[in-house]
Amino acid sequence: MNTIAVEQISTLKMSIYRYDPDSGKKPYMQEINVDIPKDKDIMVLDALHLAKEQDPSISFRRSCREGVCGSDGMNINGKNGLGCITPLSEVVKKNKLEIRPLPGLPVVKDLIVDMTQFVDQYKKIRPYLISDKEDNGKEIPQTIEDRDKLDGLYECILCGCCSTACPSFWWNPDKFLGPAALLQAYRFISDSRDTAREERLDQLEDAFSVFRCHGIMNCVSVCPKGLNPTKAINEIKKMLVKRAL
Amino acid sequence: MAMNGNGQHLDASSLPVKEFDGIIIGGGGSGLMSSLQLAQSGMNTAVISKVFPTRSHTVSAQGGITCAIASADPNDDWRWHMYDTVKGSDFIGDQDSIEYMCQEGPATVFELENMGLPFSRTEEGKIYQRAFGGQSKDYGKGGQAERTCAAADRTGHALLHTLYQANVKAGTNFLSEWFAVDLVLNSHDQVTGVIAFEIESGEPYFLKAKATVLATGGAGRIYKSTTNALINTGDGTGMALRAGLAVQDMEMWQFHPTGIHGAGTLVTEGCRGEGGYLINKDGERFMERYAPNAKDLASRDVVARSMMLEIIEGRGCGPEADHCFLKLDHLGADLLHKRLPGITELSKTFAHIDPAEHPIPVVPTCHYAMGGIPTNVNGQVITQKSDGSDSIVQGLYAAGEAACVSVHGGNRLGGNSLLDLVVFGRSAGLHIEDSFKQGIDIQDPSKDDINKALKNINRVNTSSKGENSSVIKKELQEIMQMSFGVFRSAKNMESGIKVLNEIRERAENLHLADKSSRFNTARVEALELLNLLEVAEATAISANERKESRGAHSRDDYPERDDENWLKHSIYFKDSKEVTKRDVNFRPKIVQAFQPFARTY
Repeated sequence: MNTIAVEQISTLKMSIYRYDPDSGKKPYMQEINVDIPKDKDIMVLDALHLAKEQDPSISFRRSCREGVCGSDGMNINGKNGLGCITPLSEVVKKNKLEIRPLPGLPVVKDLIVDMTQFVDQYKKIRPYLISDKEDNGKEIPQTIEDRDKLDGLYECILCGCCSTACPSFWWNPDKFLGPAALLQAYRFISDSRDTAREERLDQLEDAFSVFRCHGIMNCVSVCPKGLNPTKAINEIKKMLVKRAL
Repeated sequence: MAMNGNGQHLDASSLPVKEFDGIIIGGGGSGLMSSLQLAQSGMNTAVISKVFPTRSHTVSAQGGITCAIASADPNDDWRWHMYDTVKGSDFIGDQDSIEYMCQEGPATVFELENMGLPFSRTEEGKIYQRAFGGQSKDYGKGGQAERTCAAADRTGHALLHTLYQANVKAGTNFLSEWFAVDLVLNSHDQVTGVIAFEIESGEPYFLKAKATVLATGGAGRIYKSTTNALINTGDGTGMALRAGLAVQDMEMWQFHPTGIHGAGTLVTEGCRGEGGYLINKDGERFMERYAPNAKDLASRDVVARSMMLEIIEGRGCGPEADHCFLKLDHLGADLLHKRLPGITELSKTFAHIDPAEHPIPVVPTCHYAMGGIPTNVNGQVITQKSDGSDSIVQGLYAAGEAACVSVHGGNRLGGNSLLDLVVFGRSAGLHIEDSFKQGIDIQDPSKDDINKALKNINRVNTSSKGENSSVIKKELQEIMQMSFGVFRSAKNMESGIKVLNEIRERAENLHLADKSSRFNTARVEALELLNLLEVAEATAISANERKESRGAHSRDDYPERDDENWLKHSIYFKDSKEVTKRDVNFRPKIVQAFQPFARTY
């Protein structure tokens, strides 16, 4: 019941970045042809699974396959995105699909990058609510308008597409926090329930943490959730400048 | 150091050991709730997770967490929630557990809010609650309730990230991207920890602990069509079965009425809670016929069966007449944007339609395991002795979807899974903390005990011929879909069991061609297949044995509920492949037990 008639199949030429540091071999691009159904617009992740059926040693991360877990950030024909919600029709050109790991982070193997730096920057911004209100066994009230301020911020899935597309992050990954961490910094700064706004701003007030963002906006153009880290960063910059005046 | 690569046979004598007070296997909602409790208590604990915690499947939960916090209705009462849950379970949910969950729920939800969970809000600034299936006021007499607390339609994402953040704050120790292979039991059948390997390096360890929590989530990937993430392979259930422990009610699989046709991705029941409804090819709102009162908000088993009947009787939609439509366009773009932004996105991506303009093609899709590893209210794992009595497995806990504390019985109500995982993740943590204060006596395992737990991975690592796991997995998923779907019959199930027997032989002789150490996903997938196989077989045999129709288990050859013989849990063991029965708990502590009645909506 799974067989597809031959006329409904086309062949996609995939080129996949391969690297296993244990093998002693240098990184290389593996050319692999996969049969894809003509009548269905499958996702990049589906194509990768077809490639893995031919060569089970190809390694990549994946989990939810619906764009909410953030596992399968990768560089697809030159642009960062999530494999699972990127249809081939959007990215394949001249029947070719080139897949590389997210740029700017050390490669663990094939399409898998070491996310340590990314997660460390996230942890630096203290990504949790800080409240000095006493626990009274009820919710902390929040108006609909105040809650609306978190829309476009809390939905981040930590896929890393934005930070690894950001030249400022490539140059200063240790000192510039990067768009993903800064989006979350702004998420907590904006939360009416958080009482540590000033401390949070204090922590960001140096030449690098925020101000290394030069508004290139790669983060915005690649975010698979349609979020706008540049805008959040600008808001933080405005707050910092206003405070300094 | 013992490496996992190059076909090497692992042995206890050279296996490095890491020692903890407690280890939690799984970084989803229940695991992170347990770990938070333990980190705050100052115990030396570690969460081991095969993915970075926020990649866990809790992240995909959409509609909300059901709980009587009395926000939408100031008179709401946890006892009404309990009544709904007992009725929803088709009376094989354990009433002590359901009572505990519904009563403890509000404090836990407020605590999550205090941690930062960005719930949607009401005009009064309280947590927003929406209507979900199977909810009532006043013990079914007061009409539809609105009891599901929501963060738009991204509640699971908001909850999982909030819990991860709280764990970062508490300084929880994460072993991220580690794969747990098998439990290590000593000669007294106490659990002493687990064999696991770091996926990145491939290095195997014995992680020794006085308390081990299985928080490994569901196993929906036994079916071809499922809303579940690719990682939901029943690893904890597989480990428990291989350790000779019991599993409970494994035949009870929930088919969610609204998986996107073709893709299998979930569309929340919250769509119907917000006023959406299902239609057949004639545009008829057919749920009015099947559930005149609750209509589209009848419980999931009822709605899924009604949809399948529409399809079977030729009123399905589309060129193959193989699905139904979920109509939302009448709700207006504003409401969809505000309350259901995530499903708008998913519909565009996976069904290529905008729900503000066109109905979403949907079909019942495997979603949730009501069954699992039996536990008591404290999360302690229970197994059954040969005389049929319960016995507690020392050193082992389970929580969340992997567990069967049995708050869901034969059918889970929407929004109750998130409540289950936070309440019982917490209660397992609390019990471990208390036990430590009193002192736990777990004896060290012998080398033989450890080697026993290495058997499975050694077989995979040293395999020299056979089939690739992905081929076998596909066939397993096909046969489960064909023979153990929404409607079941002995004939179909027996032929399914035969095919599974053949699949077992092939799976036990699978070939891992790639023996490399570093981030070898082929090794992980081979081990996952062995877990899927255990879950599938437990499901198949339990389903064939339960000779009645109850909750999600619906048989053409036994169409009625049989309280005389089957007001019971089913218990299954891997070695004997036999199914026994276990009493359902009808002894809640505070309220009077709810007695079975005919279930209509």
